[in-house]
Amino acid sequence: MNDCVQFVLDGKIVEARNVDPTTTVLQYLRRELRRTGTKEGCAEGDCGACTVAIGELKNEEIEYRAINACIVFLPTLNGKELVTVESLSKDGVLHPAQQAMVDCHGSQCGFCTPGFIMSLFVQYEKGARSDRNSLCDALAGNLCRCTGYGPILDAGRSMSELPAAPLRHAQAETIRLLTNISRHDGLALPYGNEGQIYHYHAPKTLDALLQLRAEYLDAVLVAGATDVGLWVTKQHRKLGTVIALNEVSDLKFVDETADGLEIGAMTPYADAHKALAQWHPDFGEVVRRLGSAQIRNSGTIGGNIANGSPIGDTMPLLIAGGARLRLRSIRGARDIPLEDFFIAYGEQDLRDDEIVERIFLPHLAKGAHFRAYKISKRFDQDISALCAAFNFTIDDGRVSAVRVAFGGMAATPKRAIKCEAALKGAEWSRASIETAAAVLSEDFVPITDMRASADYRMTAAENLLRKAFLEFDGAEARVLKPVAVAHG
Amino acid sequence: MDKPLDIIAPEGRIKGDVSLSVPHDSAEKHVTGAALYTDDIPEFSNQLHIYIAKSNVARGRISTFDLAPVRAAPGVAAVLTADDIPGVNDYSPIAGDDPLFAEGEVFYAGQPLFAVAAESLAQARAAAALAVVAYDKMQPLVTIADAREAGAHLDLAAPMRLGDAGSALATAALHATGWRKIGGQDHFYLEGQAAFAIPKEGGDVHVYSSTQNPTEGQHVIARVLGVPQNAVTVELRRMGGGFGGKETQPSLFAAIAALTAVKTGRPAKVTLDRDDDMIMTGKRHDFEVTYDVGFDSEGVIEGAKFNFESRCGYSADLSAAINDRAMFHADNAYFLKNAEIVSHRYRTDTVSNTAFRGFGGPQGMIAIECAMDEAAFALGLDPFDIRIRNIYAAIDRNETPYGQKVEDSIARELMETLAEQADYRARRRQIDDFNKANDILKKGIALTPVKFGISFTTTHLNQAGALIHIYTDGSIFLNHGGTEMGQGLMTKVAQIVAHEFQVDIDRIKISATATDKVPNTSATAASSGSDINGMAARAAAITIKKRLMSFASETYGCSPASVVFDNNKVHAGGEVIDFADLVKAAYFARVSLSSTGYYRTPKIHYDKAKQKGRPFYYFAYGACVSEVVIDTLTGENRVLRADILHDVGRPLNPAVDYGQIEGGFMQGLGWLTTEEIVYDEAGNLKTHAPSTYKIPTASDRPEILNIAIWKHGENREDTIHKSKAVGEPPLMLAISAFSALGQAVTAAADHKACARLNAPATPEEILRAIKEARQRAAQA
Repeated sequence: MNDCVQFVLDGKIVEARNVDPTTTVLQYLRRELRRTGTKEGCAEGDCGACTVAIGELKNEEIEYRAINACIVFLPTLNGKELVTVESLSKDGVLHPAQQAMVDCHGSQCGFCTPGFIMSLFVQYEKGARSDRNSLCDALAGNLCRCTGYGPILDAGRSMSELPAAPLRHAQAETIRLLTNISRHDGLALPYGNEGQIYHYHAPKTLDALLQLRAEYLDAVLVAGATDVGLWVTKQHRKLGTVIALNEVSDLKFVDETADGLEIGAMTPYADAHKALAQWHPDFGEVVRRLGSAQIRNSGTIGGNIANGSPIGDTMPLLIAGGARLRLRSIRGARDIPLEDFFIAYGEQDLRDDEIVERIFLPHLAKGAHFRAYKISKRFDQDISALCAAFNFTIDDGRVSAVRVAFGGMAATPKRAIKCEAALKGAEWSRASIETAAAVLSEDFVPITDMRASADYRMTAAENLLRKAFLEFDGAEARVLKPVAVAHG
Repeated sequence: MDKPLDIIAPEGRIKGDVSLSVPHDSAEKHVTGAALYTDDIPEFSNQLHIYIAKSNVARGRISTFDLAPVRAAPGVAAVLTADDIPGVNDYSPIAGDDPLFAEGEVFYAGQPLFAVAAESLAQARAAAALAVVAYDKMQPLVTIADAREAGAHLDLAAPMRLGDAGSALATAALHATGWRKIGGQDHFYLEGQAAFAIPKEGGDVHVYSSTQNPTEGQHVIARVLGVPQNAVTVELRRMGGGFGGKETQPSLFAAIAALTAVKTGRPAKVTLDRDDDMIMTGKRHDFEVTYDVGFDSEGVIEGAKFNFESRCGYSADLSAAINDRAMFHADNAYFLKNAEIVSHRYRTDTVSNTAFRGFGGPQGMIAIECAMDEAAFALGLDPFDIRIRNIYAAIDRNETPYGQKVEDSIARELMETLAEQADYRARRRQIDDFNKANDILKKGIALTPVKFGISFTTTHLNQAGALIHIYTDGSIFLNHGGTEMGQGLMTKVAQIVAHEFQVDIDRIKISATATDKVPNTSATAASSGSDINGMAARAAAITIKKRLMSFASETYGCSPASVVFDNNKVHAGGEVIDFADLVKAAYFARVSLSSTGYYRTPKIHYDKAKQKGRPFYYFAYGACVSEVVIDTLTGENRVLRADILHDVGRPLNPAVDYGQIEGGFMQGLGWLTTEEIVYDEAGNLKTHAPSTYKIPTASDRPEILNIAIWKHGENREDTIHKSKAVGEPPLMLAISAFSALGQAVTAAADHKACARLNAPATPEEILRAIKEARQRAAQA
């Protein structure tokens, strides 16, 4: 086990010792390294001013991803390259992302600019598409209050025409350094807090993880830190023993089997996006609108499930799709339907020594009609007021199978049992849909909060059922056309 | 990294001349992370970090206030309360009603109680949490309705009257009457409030403050510390966005930092995190407006009454002037003939609402645009035609409700040109066809004008100063009272100075705004930045230039008037001298190479008691046509296309102006669609982070957004190079999208009832408006 975090920055290894492992990458950059180009705008992974790129070795090459430095803990960098806005230009020669932003008047106050530069840098290095939708997706996690975005989108389009910048530093050397660091085992970082000594564990294998889980029953599990990070940055909580799951490669996979999709719990949404979009385009669209590129690069499907949020966007889709969970502990594994995992607000069917290992999403039944809708104040990068998923199978004009699930309508993501019962076996008609819509108020008693009123949630839920019906009939019913998945 | 030379240095012209699209002076610093904001300034080894403890009760008396545990906490160097203030416990701009720290009573949830300075911010925050504070709670006034019922008026303004509105309305053939709610808006500048104070000898203090108003910061700090203003220097190189949110409010944080620095003798910094920033700082005023607009049978306005009500929060701040500006813009671009405009400014137990781009003007304009749509609906006409019929025009139809004559109106030409360019009429027909063919989705289109008055309505603020030095190598140092918040002011003023001396812009050093360089300045606000600071800088340049001309005429034996500055050279008596050589020679001849410059806006005056005068030097105009689609099942909506034609006079820098137009439009669009401020009944703000408060993202920009600057633009008044102010006016272009959303709601009611949409038009609000309109349609 290693007791210090090692990462590559500007062609050199940085060793961070005796740093509280719940220090965020942003805090480390600004306070310890005094690199102030990366900004704090919200400390909750929403505005993107803190965006940095993480480079990881993949097949002897470095693959870059944008992340929110404000919520990701420093040990996440272990064995990776960190690229910040200061890293990009050399001897006065700007990176194409930077040059294009200058040429297109893409900065006004300049405070969000470093974050945009880093998102664009990743797009440039990936050779990503530069059509409007692709750029809007790549930049949905970067807020700008000055420009109105037009000049930034122009920069995103025009940077691809600029020649690659001279290497910032020898890429081969960075690869060599990363190869060396990557050989090391997992991390076990001691840190003190309120007179106690705790450890931050980052195991690399499932076995090691299960051992640790059994040993530290009260440890905080951290996956992508897109939620737990906020416990620290927003609620200022002390975490005690932490087990980070993001290095457990056994839990990162997307397998397509004859029966369906098997997804490892630690698979970031970015990596599961393509397969889920192929499963159904509406699933792809909901994932596209889940958080931002930065959040989907960090946030995992297993973390999203395990934290039990009533508004986890994909939960109703998975439930309507009949997904099952595999939970595992050192004692063995058990499989449960996903909807049974959510017992009550803040309470899940997860024993002290268990982790979420994988999720299984069966292929849609032949002839099944699936629809999913996310309703929020803003289309991109917003938390849903409600989210609905419908899975109907129609035989001879009758509903032979039905699953309906909602998020944001109850204390947990939940099936609409009465609504389903009203539809099961019913004629596939507007009249049946109206009957089923009428009983939704027996399935749910939604709340009023800053995202929507209870009345709106109920009305919209009923209308989404109607919309699903009308869409099967071919009605044009979306102001936002689903966007094809541009990246996997 | 220069722009292609033909853009910023065309053949024969200096680089960065006036009217060229010069990039923002800090663009390269922005993109490399080298631009320093207040929190980026290198810290000292004995640096203190300040956390400000807030009230979590909206209204109440403080019954227990025990800070002993805070003082005893690890790392704490000082705990500051109202008792530690040597001067006056007030940071207000005018009224004396904004305490730095609560004294006995709290007036809003989020009000500062005390400050903790510690070795680290985490220690300061942890210590603050140890305070034992209890309250005798009182029932807070949270909403406009609460304050109306309680009769809680903050400020009384005389009604504004033109002609006899009562009689005109009594006989009008047609009435558009209604009531609308208009939401507030958080500034959401990306850089939160920040101040960094460094103690100097003899009790002096130097404060870096992220502020639009360094002078006010200086004056407030002096008042709080009980020292003369000359003991305090406030400095600011740039803000990460301001939008009005850093006009008065930074004084609070600057004063707390300064107080800490002076008390402890150590550098001290306040940086607010996003939640504290949104909870502790005021927003755009939300309004309710009741209106009755009378028309003749052709849709021409006979008279109008407007009753504005706004939530000002717990203190006066700038609310009087903001509500005045709402009254000044109740007419938008239309001749009301007879008008009565009443304004109620309510005190509520919420954070004190403040300046925000448009400064009440946007809220003022909504009602008349709603009335236009309603009158058109009633008459079965295109709202565009109704708007054109009522636009300020001929000499007998140009008097505003406040008595100023509109003599420079180009609104009609702008609107007609835009309608043509954007193919408005044909698209309106296509939208009708679409709506007939679609049950679930409905579209709407609207073209609305903007007429916005330029000048501070508080007349004395319309003054500015500048300072220019030329050093012996010919390099120029430029300073003025304006502040840079991203709007490109520094670039524009440098262009003006470059033009005057006819030297390349890179010879000019843009410097931080500082109260020890140019004193007694006004806030960079009211869109006035380049108008007044540009003029002051030009005046300073002309003073030095005249000295150089005089010197050259003596040296080269010609008349001063024949000396010509051109493209980095000076032509005198047949000689051509490098600018730098002339400067050096002038120095040896003992010619002063430094000067201040000063400007005050002419012609303006106002009588607040009579509500008559000329508050504005001129008007800026624009027009926008927006096309939207709504989902009648969910209320989701989208702006599909917008076309803008905007008047900036003769542009000083088209690239910067386009940036202001698009940025303003998008900010207005956020205000009217996705940005919703929610308080709970106890007066706690529930939307205090980007996770709950939604400003536009990239994909909210309409897929088609055509922006053009009015080609024939030229300010009729003698403004700097005949340009017009551009900071605020474009925000109100977004009212066209709001009106178009209303059209789509009307279509959802099968054109049997006219929409009564409130702002922001969230999905929930649109669904509500559809339901309400359909109910009226069913009754009709």
